[in-house]
Amino acid sequence: MKPIKVVLAGQPNVGKSSLINSMTDSRLKVGNFSGVTVEKSQVTFEHHCHILEIIDLPGTYSINGFSQEEKVARDFLQNEDYDVILNVVDSTHITRNLLLTLELLNMNKKMVIALNMIDEAKEEGITIDVAQIEAITGIPVIAVSANTKDGVDELLNKVHDIADDDNRLRSKVSYSDIIEEQIFTIKNFFDEDDYSFSDLNSREMAIKLLSEDENFFKEIHDKPVFMELQPLLIKCHDNIHTYFETKSHADIQAIEHNAISRGIKAETVSCAQPKNHKPLSKKIDDILINKFVGIPIFLFLMWGLFQLTFELGAIPMDYIDSLFSWLGDAVGMSIAHDGLRSLIVDGIIAGVGAVVLFLPNIIILYIGIALLETTGYMSRVAFLLDGFFHKFGLHGKSFIPLVTGFGCSVPAYMATRTLKNEKDRLITLFIIGFMSCGAKLPVYVLFAGAFFSPEVAGDVLFYIYIAGALLGLVMAKVLRVTVFKGDDEPFVMEMPKYRLPTLKLIYMIVSQKAWSYLKKAGTFILAATILIWFASNYPKHNSDNQALQLEHSYLGQVGKMTEPFFAPLGFDWKLSIALETGLAAKEVVVATLGILYNVGDEVDEESDELLNAIKEQIPFATAVSFIVFVMIYLPCFAASMVFAKEAGGYKYLAYLFIFTTVIAWLMSFIAYKIALLV
Amino acid sequence: MLLSNLDISQEAQIIQINCTDELKQRFYSFGLIKGTTIIVDEISLARNTMAVNIDGTEIALRIEEAEQIEVEAL
Repeated sequence: MKPIKVVLAGQPNVGKSSLINSMTDSRLKVGNFSGVTVEKSQVTFEHHCHILEIIDLPGTYSINGFSQEEKVARDFLQNEDYDVILNVVDSTHITRNLLLTLELLNMNKKMVIALNMIDEAKEEGITIDVAQIEAITGIPVIAVSANTKDGVDELLNKVHDIADDDNRLRSKVSYSDIIEEQIFTIKNFFDEDDYSFSDLNSREMAIKLLSEDENFFKEIHDKPVFMELQPLLIKCHDNIHTYFETKSHADIQAIEHNAISRGIKAETVSCAQPKNHKPLSKKIDDILINKFVGIPIFLFLMWGLFQLTFELGAIPMDYIDSLFSWLGDAVGMSIAHDGLRSLIVDGIIAGVGAVVLFLPNIIILYIGIALLETTGYMSRVAFLLDGFFHKFGLHGKSFIPLVTGFGCSVPAYMATRTLKNEKDRLITLFIIGFMSCGAKLPVYVLFAGAFFSPEVAGDVLFYIYIAGALLGLVMAKVLRVTVFKGDDEPFVMEMPKYRLPTLKLIYMIVSQKAWSYLKKAGTFILAATILIWFASNYPKHNSDNQALQLEHSYLGQVGKMTEPFFAPLGFDWKLSIALETGLAAKEVVVATLGILYNVGDEVDEESDELLNAIKEQIPFATAVSFIVFVMIYLPCFAASMVFAKEAGGYKYLAYLFIFTTVIAWLMSFIAYKIALLV
Repeated sequence: MLLSNLDISQEAQIIQINCTDELKQRFYSFGLIKGTTIIVDEISLARNTMAVNIDGTEIALRIEEAEQIEVEAL
């Protein structure tokens, strides 16, 4: 059976992804700010003997706009082959949402409207006359709630009914009198001439001509009928332009659509709440975006998050650490073969253990970021920080990819697509690396824990992140005035209603990330640790001295070779190697240190082994310089690939490599010299 | 009068938008269209950005952008 292709279109933040999740058991990422769905994603499932293939387009306020995701949506809707448009509308913001609906109606495709968040509307005292909207638009409308799954089944039934139907329901929307008169004139002309194109009727063709639809113009321009049509069309356009006192089609369409959507709302929506009622979101905003306390509250929340990450994360860390120590001992005792024991205990268990150790910290950080994304606070922060960001040549919206960068650079690079100015995008792409990703956290936690008391380690962690972010801002300014000169992108963005995410949603987002962290530890990092173990144990040196063995190993040789480059920063060959292996993935830095600093002594039961080894063997100034280098240098392999794709070529990756390496080296050098003095 | 001249909790009607087509399209898609009524909800301390409400939708924009919108205070 041929699947029914359904395109999900709607404004950002109307719950498109949630709706798909409620239709199927798929787990698309859901957020509460525009641009969560940056790439179109696709789900296929079966419903009542129909196979539905749902394509989730990025949310767009309009399909006439200039931003990248608007272009993606428009190109898809115009050029791709599909059966039904499913327009998702936020029931609590009907007027604005209908502006897009009206644009979609002009595409003349089969369409169904889903009035989503109907439960929220009810809570706010809003009642909607669904049948009346259907009567006005001529398009089936179903009230649904992705949260409670109410109406979802009915919606799917309607979708395949519409898809199965041979006829397309036509838009019944009527325009203002002046426009309708012109439509009538041209429609009559087509009726008399008996001209037809595709499955359009004469009214639809008239509207296409009046709305200056390029494709249709091209089509009809070469036809004989155009000779007679042209004078008529000019007259009609003149009538409209005189009436609206403008020649801009965009202006006229905006005014018309605005009037229609307001009209629909006035006729179909009634609100039980008094007019001066203050919604909860507004009350929260009175505090959170207040001009005096807004920014202090934001900084406090961020500080609190890093405190929690360290303090709370430290508790399970001890257990995990002793678990791996015990495991190493137990396994070590049961293996007789020296080489094999060394591989498993010193290589795999030490390396993978060092990475798994930081899972609790990662989970806490991701919970924080997930809350930021899902509650709607993210866009408030963009509002608060835009003035500040703008001074550094960045856009307030850059905040969203930048914060995502604290979790992982890969989605952060992809989130830059919400920036429509190419230069804003490139600058943001280049500085995302300065926002230390979750995988760098283990390095910081390790070093902060080794050199600072637990009371201040949380603060140190916070300052490391802030320092990275500030450096990123300065670099943005540098890039803006040197390489990427140009006009700024305007800052106009919606601040969505606050929503309390369900525990299930937070669990879904965080568990997904935690799993992929663990999966990475079990696969990629496992392979890397085996490789590093091998490179650090071979070729065999004829001596029982393990330190000497390490020095003469392949790994030691590479480290020694690159040592001169890193020597001015205070790094020995062990730290140099850790940085180099970290190019594969940042977790590998800790794994490498785990292997390198474990080799000298026997595996003992004491926990915090790596931490103590680092405390004993690395001078403070070197540690500072190392943290700075890790903070700045090239992101991991996977992120680098995504960077190259998003920036538009490997050429940019080469620039990024040079840019980050030079800055990292210089900053580490300065930090090292300062730390030596302290 | 310009939108940027308004103070917090002032209400106004948009009478004219003077800017590039690109920005205009952006304004339109958020419902910032000639004839609509807006309320100023917040202005940042340094007067860099402002938050306005249109039909229950909260929109953040820069003061420079607000300078391109002509309004009539209500």
